[in-house]
Amino acid sequence: MAMTSARPFIKSRLLPGLLLFLAGAVIYLLFGSGVDWSQQATFGLNPTGRTEALVIPDLTLPVKASVVVLSLVAVFLGAWQMARGIRSSGLAVGLVAFAFVAAFLLWATKDNSFSLVGMLSSSLVRATPIALAALCGVISERAAVVNIGIEGILLISAQTAVIVGTKSGNLYVALIAAILVGGLVGAFHALMAVKFKVDQIVSGVAINIFAVGATSFVSSRFLEKDINGLNNSGTFPTISVPLLSKIPVLGPVLFENNIIVFLMMILVVVLHVVLFYTPWGLRTRAVGEHPKAADTLGVNVFLTRYVNVILGGMIAGLGGAYFTIGAVGRFDEVMTAGKGFIGLAAMIFGKWTPFGAFAASLLFGFADSLQVKLQILGIPIPSEFLLMAPYIVTMVVLAGVVGSAMAPAADGVPYEKN
Amino acid sequence: MSTVLELQGITKSFPGVLANDHIDLTLEQGEVHALLGENGAGKTTLMNILYGLYKPDEGKIKIKGNEVEIHSPNDAIRQGIGMVHQHFMLVPVMTVTENVMLGVETTRAGVFLDRAAVARKIREISERYGLEVDPDAYIKDLPVGAQQRVEIIKVLYREADILILDEPTAVLTPQEVEGLFKIIKTLVEKGKSLIFITHKLKEVLAIADRITVLRGGRVVGTVKPQEVTQEKLASMMVGREVSLVVKKQPANPGEVVLEVKDLHVRDERHNLTVRGVSFEVRAGEVLGIAGVQGNGQTELVYALTGLTPIVSGEIKIAGQTIHNTAPRQILERGVAHIPEDRQRHGLVLPFPIHDNMVLCTYYLPPFANGMVLQEKVIAENAARLAEEFDVRTPSVFVPASSLSGGNQQKVIVAREFSRPIKLLIASQPTRGLDVGSIEYIHSRIIQKRSEGTGVLLVSSELDEIMALSDRIAVMYKGQIVAIVPASKASKEYLGLLMAGIHPDEAAEKAVEATEEVERVF
Repeated sequence: MAMTSARPFIKSRLLPGLLLFLAGAVIYLLFGSGVDWSQQATFGLNPTGRTEALVIPDLTLPVKASVVVLSLVAVFLGAWQMARGIRSSGLAVGLVAFAFVAAFLLWATKDNSFSLVGMLSSSLVRATPIALAALCGVISERAAVVNIGIEGILLISAQTAVIVGTKSGNLYVALIAAILVGGLVGAFHALMAVKFKVDQIVSGVAINIFAVGATSFVSSRFLEKDINGLNNSGTFPTISVPLLSKIPVLGPVLFENNIIVFLMMILVVVLHVVLFYTPWGLRTRAVGEHPKAADTLGVNVFLTRYVNVILGGMIAGLGGAYFTIGAVGRFDEVMTAGKGFIGLAAMIFGKWTPFGAFAASLLFGFADSLQVKLQILGIPIPSEFLLMAPYIVTMVVLAGVVGSAMAPAADGVPYEKN
Repeated sequence: MSTVLELQGITKSFPGVLANDHIDLTLEQGEVHALLGENGAGKTTLMNILYGLYKPDEGKIKIKGNEVEIHSPNDAIRQGIGMVHQHFMLVPVMTVTENVMLGVETTRAGVFLDRAAVARKIREISERYGLEVDPDAYIKDLPVGAQQRVEIIKVLYREADILILDEPTAVLTPQEVEGLFKIIKTLVEKGKSLIFITHKLKEVLAIADRITVLRGGRVVGTVKPQEVTQEKLASMMVGREVSLVVKKQPANPGEVVLEVKDLHVRDERHNLTVRGVSFEVRAGEVLGIAGVQGNGQTELVYALTGLTPIVSGEIKIAGQTIHNTAPRQILERGVAHIPEDRQRHGLVLPFPIHDNMVLCTYYLPPFANGMVLQEKVIAENAARLAEEFDVRTPSVFVPASSLSGGNQQKVIVAREFSRPIKLLIASQPTRGLDVGSIEYIHSRIIQKRSEGTGVLLVSSELDEIMALSDRIAVMYKGQIVAIVPASKASKEYLGLLMAGIHPDEAAEKAVEATEEVERVF
């Protein structure tokens, strides 16, 4: 028995502890060792441009000392792990990742200044389409329909929004059109998956390929020839919520945004309540876990799946509208750039819950906006590598951190009535 | 008494099979009506019709004298019919409350689930009918017996008066079966009427007021338990005389074929579930391992067959140490394995029968010539084995998934017994099988024993253990608490050991129990 008790110690305590030590050393060597003690980094806590938020002083930190503190955090975690064992490995990984990113930012900002609020604000904005795609995934997969065609829905509804917006001159009409088109594509996927029991991956891939082809065709054939008549919709204005937007730091980040960002945040809360506190949510989850059980209790499995997938399509439609009428006001070919897939990754990372998916989307949004800011700061890393950042984060998260995530038990399995 | 349910001339055919052929059945208020029949006799089809899952081709359903149409489970629930399915219809990751309320949710403000109100009502039902369960527990954390109580509560929560219990004891331990019978008696006392579907003769005689026997989709007869014996019921069920007693010669143990010393094994969740097990099996004897399911038997068998690594200890098969050896090498040393989960570990269900018959030997001559499979030889082999082992199938080229449970098990037995073996490890070999198949598989196991094979039999059916074993080991919480000769083991004694009572104390109590019985009668 002595042997059996010694081995788990090495496996479960010593090795992770050493890894945490190593992480501390790496943080110092990469970001602390080449810096002089006198160098400072300034982080802006006020948004640039017009704002209603109260002005507070910016944060100025000595780079080397701060990096040393951050690397000591990792070393301390390692010591704690070896001595007592850390129960939540996710927490430890999260803290070290935070220390790494913070140290990196300090190092990149040395003798320079950097708007933290701007960074956070753009993280949320960039997270918006990812989060909407993830919510679409959550609501579909909770009812056990895998929707890999989200990317395609984003693309089609992005184009729909810009055309309707330009033609009608009313962005709200454009928004509704995008949502309806998203619902329509969702309905097609639901029909394939529920009625005809087509392999859901095949149906989703078909939607993606169709979307790329169709939108590119419309774009090159019509939009490019008549930019002002078809592809110039303008974007939603920024709305400042009275009072709330005056809160320092959080105010401008959360409460000065356009309508799509607000709708996304509201949807996160609403979906959470619906899924876990209403009869519809209970039935949806039952259908996703054990459709036969739901069926024997008189729950209509097919109807539940149709409604969820169509609602999911509408949410993705909203996400698609963000790309054009929410951000740049025109459509470019394949402008969604894999955000639908990253949304699916966020859904998995968030363990199929709305809040989890939202948090994961923020992480991806952060990686995305970090890459842009770092190019501006002009740090000596090739921009191609920085462009990879969001995708590398996706892979690392999916491969390493998530581990055995709990997908709905019947996910992707068509229901056969006897 | 009044008739609450009447089925008249129910007929249902599936492509190629007449599952129900003009079945008549009545259910009186407050009675337990057992529906007895082998697998495939049409019991479950009939009940699925009653519950609205299938639509009958012909026939009438009358409830309290009124003819009704039942098109969906919703209709059935509205008519006061509730069904406890054989495979529980529970969502494992949800709580008891959520499972009970699913489909008939109570809400606050018309939108939000009122879990507290439902939990309160569940507690009321629990108390009224003696169905002990925690409304806030997650289904996945509950033992099988408790899950079944949740199923019954689900039905009562919908205010059903007619309860259909489909093979309710198939998954229960002897103690849990007793608990269920108590619940059934309470339900009947409170005026509920029950249809009890089963193929277990003893249970029918113990609990039923009337027994209707089905065979091949037809009613063979309806009898009262006082008027029949197990033998009579068995022959009604199977359609011929059946021997319920396993005939065997005294054991003639030879050399040790399996030796296990201080074995420790972890399960999938890394819990140490086998903790220091030691025993040996000799050629020509059956060692039965009794125990309530989940006391380490599964992991013990996994370790012996190489499906899971061992933590510490020693396993010797025919004198050779097996130390985390690959399953194929273990099989090649003369071990046959009838796995607990025949559909997951015993067969490749989508493969045709003839391929399943050579899963352990396909790479050896005559089935393979170098890299090429000899399809003709494999097919001939399968045809011969199907004949010899009485596998009932239209052809050996149909997928294994199309066979009934009994015939699937016969395919496994045929495969394992057709190679030279020294040791047979049989885990739950007759679970879920009908009387005819059980009889057949038991006789085959005993035949192997007579030929000099050592047999390790793992079963949670105490009757099976007592019928086949020469020695009985009882497993409790990962340890073997006692090994006793079968001739000296009473059912009470073994039952107490299975419940974790210390062997000395169990011996005393078992004697008391027997004496008490003698005094009563």
